[in-house]
Amino acid sequence: MAIAREAEPVGSLQEVKEAGLDREDLLGVYRNMLITRGIEERGHILYKQGKIPGSFYTGRGNEAAAVGVATAMDDQDVGTPLHRDMGVHISRGVEPWRIFAQYMGRADGPTHGRDGNVHMADSRLGLLAMVSHLPAMLPVAVGCALAFRIREEKRVAVGWFGEGASARGDCHEAMNLAGVRKLPVVFVCDNNQWAYSTPTYLEYATEHVADRAEAYGFEGVVVDGTDVLAVYRESRRAIEKARGGDGPTLIECLTLRMEGHAVHDDAFYVPKDMFERWASSDPIERFRTWLREHAELGDAEEDEITSGVKKLLNEALTRAEESPLPDPSSLAEGVFATPEDLDTPHHK
Amino acid sequence: MAEKTYLQAISDGLRQEMRRDKRVFVIGEDVGVYGGAFKVTLGFQEEFGPWRVIDAPLSETAIVGGCTGAAIMGLRPVAEMQFSDFISCGWDQLVTVAAKQRWRAGTPVPMTVRLPSGGGFSGGPFHSQNPESSFAHIPGLKIVCPATPEDAKGLLVTAIEDPNPVLYFEHKHLYRRIKAEVPDDRYTTPFGQARIHREGDDVSVITWGAMVWTAAEAAQQLEDDGISVEIVDLRTLVPWDKKAVLESVSKTSKVLVLHEDTHTGGFGGEIAATIAEEVFEDLDAPVKRLTAPDTPVPFSPPLEKAFIPQVDDVASALRELAEY
Repeated sequence: MAIAREAEPVGSLQEVKEAGLDREDLLGVYRNMLITRGIEERGHILYKQGKIPGSFYTGRGNEAAAVGVATAMDDQDVGTPLHRDMGVHISRGVEPWRIFAQYMGRADGPTHGRDGNVHMADSRLGLLAMVSHLPAMLPVAVGCALAFRIREEKRVAVGWFGEGASARGDCHEAMNLAGVRKLPVVFVCDNNQWAYSTPTYLEYATEHVADRAEAYGFEGVVVDGTDVLAVYRESRRAIEKARGGDGPTLIECLTLRMEGHAVHDDAFYVPKDMFERWASSDPIERFRTWLREHAELGDAEEDEITSGVKKLLNEALTRAEESPLPDPSSLAEGVFATPEDLDTPHHK
Repeated sequence: MAEKTYLQAISDGLRQEMRRDKRVFVIGEDVGVYGGAFKVTLGFQEEFGPWRVIDAPLSETAIVGGCTGAAIMGLRPVAEMQFSDFISCGWDQLVTVAAKQRWRAGTPVPMTVRLPSGGGFSGGPFHSQNPESSFAHIPGLKIVCPATPEDAKGLLVTAIEDPNPVLYFEHKHLYRRIKAEVPDDRYTTPFGQARIHREGDDVSVITWGAMVWTAAEAAQQLEDDGISVEIVDLRTLVPWDKKAVLESVSKTSKVLVLHEDTHTGGFGGEIAATIAEEVFEDLDAPVKRLTAPDTPVPFSPPLEKAFIPQVDDVASALRELAEY
């Protein structure tokens, strides 16, 4: 039996406006979703061309969840997005050319070639770089929220995790501490139903991951992760609730991982009809249809957005390919921070 | 200047930093109302309030991970592991997240983890370990092991000030046993500068933490036999003072590397290898290591005595070297 609240889909433009988004914002959300998918599609091609070393991960099917949550965050909020959450980086303003540079291990990527794929973040945009050990960033997000609470700042931390990582102890410790101390943190579960090849029923025994929230003393909500506006509305509610001192929320965004765990994986273990069913609920197509029906998105405006994104990505790719490879002699630099590294506004 | 125990010196150093810098806060199990299992933070919660002296749930992962997040947000967390043994539960947060964050993502993590460590009072396998060598192997972590009350305070202040994750190993067997004059004012003791605990000419002992005092007693015994022992207290393992070690070895030409941690992969191996690489020609005897054996730490007193290097063990190792 489900315990978490199941969120309603989003209906009218009026409702969206009440949730804080005007038409311009909506087009921005759409654009960010297109950029997100475009970057990953091009990344996939680059990988096949042998231009991306190592492996390559995408978040196809998760664009609405990522962009929806990030759109609900304020500038001063922080987050720890994961490998299906490219849309968070895009929404926070990371420049696409830097992401391509990161993919290709170039010197101008956010980690300067020291880490790969989506293991990156621009701390100036309030993002913390993920590690492979999931959900190790949840306790870190809780620590950010703890800092906000200690300093009595009206800021919120958002911590992402997957349904697979919900099985690990970090998840429990982070949520328990956040619940006990009523910290301003929002937990976002990207439930894409497959942890590599492992299905949900082998990861957790409740109906929803969000059902656990009750046990930690806060609210859990399940939202259709292909409905960007519903994700936005629920995230906004949760973030403002946390900001107001009313503690954490666990939002579970239900999607399907539309590709393999990484590009080497053909996902043979996912039933075909499951893909077909979820393909009919593609988050970008769904939002495009909504915009046409509710926000008067016409052909000309749509073309303008699409070609703008195409141009942006073309230029980004060119610029990234011009970025040099990192200098091997720089390898040992920065293992330890220096006092000058603390010369940033938030360390004062 | 007043006489302080090693424990009082830690407590004083921490309290002074908390008074001076509002960014410093303490989090750990039972650190608040109870004042910590060893009473290092006794009275802190009354002075600084429940949001700067935070009683955490039994969650080492959340404590270390939480400190990492708070440090990145600009605070200066000081986490207390109730026993250094429990850091294994926070290993991933420390090693996977905190240690690598500056190098790969450019984000410094200025945090201190206090780790009451070491044996000598039947704590058994889970309350007596010295896990410093495991962490010395991880790039990005600094490792501090004070032996004296003065260093306990000065190195803690430096740890809190440092822009990196610092593991501060405070030896439980020194807490109330070792007393010395400690300056009242704030001061820092630099990392990477060894201290000559005792000057000598015939044999060098390279060690840290509680073993400094074991070595000192052994050296006293040998003095009566006319053997002059020099004791180098490393104070910090990362960074470690290579220069001071090599100078001492070159002077005496014989060296004992001593630690309470187990043998294989212990930090003593790194020191021995460095001596062999860099001053081999100055040696008049093979480098000798004296450590705990490769077993878990035992509970029963005779077993524990056989595990931890004793004064007599150190004295006979030094005699062997002197006679070589």
